[in-house]
Amino acid sequence: MGKNLVGNHIRKLRFNHDEMTQQQLADKVGVTRQTIVALEKGNYSPSLELAFRIAHVFNLPLEEVFFYGDSTREK
Amino acid sequence: MLTLTYQEKKSIVSLVSVIFIFISFCLYMYPKYPGGGLESTETFRFWGSFVLILTLVSIIAHIIISIIFNITFRMMTGEKEPKFEDELDKLISLKAFRNSFFVFILGFLMAMGSLVVSKPSQVMFMILIASGFISDLIGSATRLYHYRKGV
Repeated sequence: MGKNLVGNHIRKLRFNHDEMTQQQLADKVGVTRQTIVALEKGNYSPSLELAFRIAHVFNLPLEEVFFYGDSTREK
Repeated sequence: MLTLTYQEKKSIVSLVSVIFIFISFCLYMYPKYPGGGLESTETFRFWGSFVLILTLVSIIAHIIISIIFNITFRMMTGEKEPKFEDELDKLISLKAFRNSFFVFILGFLMAMGSLVVSKPSQVMFMILIASGFISDLIGSATRLYHYRKGV
């Protein structure tokens, strides 16, 4: 399975938000912890709705949480 | 060390239980195979009951194994199993169903093909049952693959 082109900064953002756990984020956005794990590993591109919900939790615009392109663009 | 999530563990348990149930059931039914003519009524009754009982036994066994798995998971990890399916689960379920359905349809066509080339009807039943078993395996294997490797 090829890596998805949609990357994200979820792991870093969780850490910067009082070291929020994967389970806490999963509960806030209404998914299972497995989905957060898959997102952080870059194994899954979320639906637009889930992407917005995650960005909303961190109080950031979508493009500051997710980016399109390979991992070399990651901050 | 290899860490597995709930869904990955569940897929592995499902994979193993499919094999266990099918082999156990085949071993149970094998001595009951009627020795009469290949196309006798008894033979058709045997294959009919094989499929029906296997379906029933599989459903009940899967429910029991699932309950035991959930209890064991809670005891071992102290976590509760997810109570709902999110978008990733639904996407993986769809892919698993697609692959499983494809294999079963392939088996179904092969079973019909065996009748066309004048093979005995028991060959048709064997192909149908085998394709049902393999499609179940493929479904569980697809789930495991996508939960580990992504979608």
